[in-house]
Formats: sequence, structure tokens, C-alpha cells
Amino acid sequence: MHWFELFFGAMLVNNIVLARFLGVCPFLGVSSRMGTARGMGLAVIFVITLASSMTWLVYYGILEPLGITYLSTMAFILVIAAVVQFVEIVMKKLWPALYRSLGIFLPLITTNCAVLGVAVLNVREGFGFVESLVHSVGTASGFMLALILFAGLRERMAEAAHDVPEALRGLPLSLVTAGLMALAFMGFQGIF
Amino acid sequence: MKALQERLWAGLIKENPIFVQAIGMCPTLAVTSSATNGFGMGLAVLAVLLCSNAVISLLRRFIPDTVRIPSFIVVIAGFVTVVQFVTEAWTPALNRSLGIFIPLIVVNCIILGRAEAYASKNGLLASIFDAVGMGLGFTLALTTLGGIREILGAGTLFGKVVLPAGAQPALVLSMAPGAFIALGILLALVRVVQLRRKGAVVAAGCGSCDLCGEGCPMAGKEADA
Repeated sequence: MHWFELFFGAMLVNNIVLARFLGVCPFLGVSSRMGTARGMGLAVIFVITLASSMTWLVYYGILEPLGITYLSTMAFILVIAAVVQFVEIVMKKLWPALYRSLGIFLPLITTNCAVLGVAVLNVREGFGFVESLVHSVGTASGFMLALILFAGLRERMAEAAHDVPEALRGLPLSLVTAGLMALAFMGFQGIF
Repeated sequence: MKALQERLWAGLIKENPIFVQAIGMCPTLAVTSSATNGFGMGLAVLAVLLCSNAVISLLRRFIPDTVRIPSFIVVIAGFVTVVQFVTEAWTPALNRSLGIFIPLIVVNCIILGRAEAYASKNGLLASIFDAVGMGLGFTLALTTLGGIREILGAGTLFGKVVLPAGAQPALVLSMAPGAFIALGILLALVRVVQLRRKGAVVAAGCGSCDLCGEGCPMAGKEADA
């Protein structure tokens, strides 16, 4: 039950985009088509899971024994950059088909604050290794869920673009739509 | 001197990172539940941006082109750690309310963006003015948004009661959905002013069509057109 709560809490109740405001840039930037949204979502799940387990190991294996946990911000961002590079190289070599569909999103992910955010949250909440893994996968799934739902809404909205007042077209209306989605997601707060 | 003034003006109004370029959205949405938080976050970003722009401008001849992005990130992360210590020591209340968004200044695209687009190509003084302009522009945007959300959502401004006693504040504006909606409406109002100034010609530009451009700062592209 504990794991279940942790997973769905991270995915729905504290949705990373709509409640915690992490990863808003890719959420607004790559959500105009369903296909790209799916690709970005999968790439983010992959990278967040890998990066947060690496950062957990670095924090508790290196930084804490040496008493230099104040360097965690710098260490985490370097680990994340290295993981993304590594994933890119391995994927290109071993799974070229996957690389062709996800590859273009990988460089974007280094500066996606969701990845660093999850790593920092895992440490701040004092999660153990498995807990932080469950939390990371849940959070990343929440990102993908929000991204895909939002892409679906925006594809519809693009068809009706001519009815929208000029000043609201594009980003302003996307933000208001995201606000209404956040309102809907607040309904999940009662479930645990 | 004229050029330096121009940098300040550009950052504050003409190329305002939030209202015009629409970058650095995460902290903008997350910490603007009150004007004080918005202002504090703005100053924290200003401090990091100022230091990183200055150092990167000084080092621009020594950093090899191929590893410039990782080098910039290390410089930025160093200053973020300093800012984190300073806020923890002197303003613990602000540190608590900004929470994880202080370490996340590292991945704020405004800072890396200015390093890449300006500081790595320009001299020390110009880079400092660029940083001050952009930092103040960011602070201005965050304080404005925070102020609006605080007045409408809690009836206070910088912690002081401003709405008359009978008025019922709309609580939703100080919560997560309110952040998106308030910023969306604010950006639309800015766009109204822009459209009035330039006439209707811009409206047919690329940015008004949602399908073009997968990039994040769509509003920025439109303003440049």
C-alpha cells in the first residue's frame, strides 16, 4: 500500500507539472503534436529513472561520507549531463531505431528542471533507494500523462484557432488551459 | 554609455525574459504566490546572473568552444550554491518558501541563455549591464505576477492587508491553477499592448499559428518578427 500511495501520489496528487511547476518549458514547448509529446514523455521517464538512481548513489555513496553534501547541486547537474550524454551514445549504438525517435529530445532534457527537481526532492524527502526509484518513475509518468493530455487538448484548440482573440492565441491560451487542467488535477487531492 | 543603457532597457522592457521571451517559466509559476516571494526569487536570480555573466565574460577567451556549455553550468552551479548558503543564513523564511527552486536556478534557461547569447561574446562591463537588465526584468515580472496573485488571492500585498474587510479573496489564485491562469491573462494583456503599438500587421505573423515552431519561447519569436 505504501508503494502504491507513493507512486500515485507522485503521479497524480503532486503532479510534477501541474502542482509542482517543474518541467513547464517542455510541457508548453513540445505539446503541440501528440507524436512528439509521446516521444518526449518516454524519453523523460527513461532519463529521470536513470538519473535519479545515479544521483541517489552519488549523494549517499560519495557526497555524504565525505561531508560535502553542500556540493549536491553541482554534483547532480554534472551527473545528469553525463547520464544524458551516456544514454545518447549507448542508444545510438545499440538501439538505432529508438534513437531516431527519442534522440532529438535527449539534449533538451539536460536543462529540463524536472530531472534535477526529482533528484533534489528524493534527497530532501530522505527516501531510500527503492523509495526514490518508485517516486521517480511515478513523477515521470505524471509528466508524460500531463503532456499527452495537454497535447490532445492543444490539437483540438489548433483547429479552432480562428475563434480565439488575437492577444490570447498561442502561449497565453495554453497557460490558461494548463490552469484549468491543474484545477482538474486538484480533484485527486482527496484520494489518499 | 548609450549602449549600456540600451542593455538595461532591453532586459527590463523590450526583451523582458518573461513577458516578451517567455523563458524561465518554472520559477515564475511556482514562487509567485506572494509579491515577497516573487521579489526574493527575482533577486536570487539577479545575483546568480550578475556573477555568472561577469565570470563567463572574463573567461570567454579561455573556455574551449566544445566544452563551453558544461563549463557555463559549473560556473552557474557554483554561484547558485553560494546564493543558497546566503539565503539559508540570512533569510531562512524566504529560503523555506522558495524551497527546491533555489537549487533549480541552475537550470533556469535565462541564466544559461544569457551566458551563451551574450556574456560569452561580450566584454565585462556590457555583460554586467546585460545581467542587471535581465535580472531586473525578471524581478519586475515576478513581483508583478506575485502582487496580482497576492491581492486577488489573499487580499494582501507584501503581507499588508489591502482589500477592504468585506471583500472575499479568490483563493484559487494563490494556488497552483491560479498561477497558470494569472500568467496567461497577464501575457495576453502584454500582447494587447504590443498589438496596439505595432498595428495589426504582426497578427498574421508566425507565432499566432500554434502549429509552427516546436520551441518554447514562441512569444519571443513573434515579437522579433
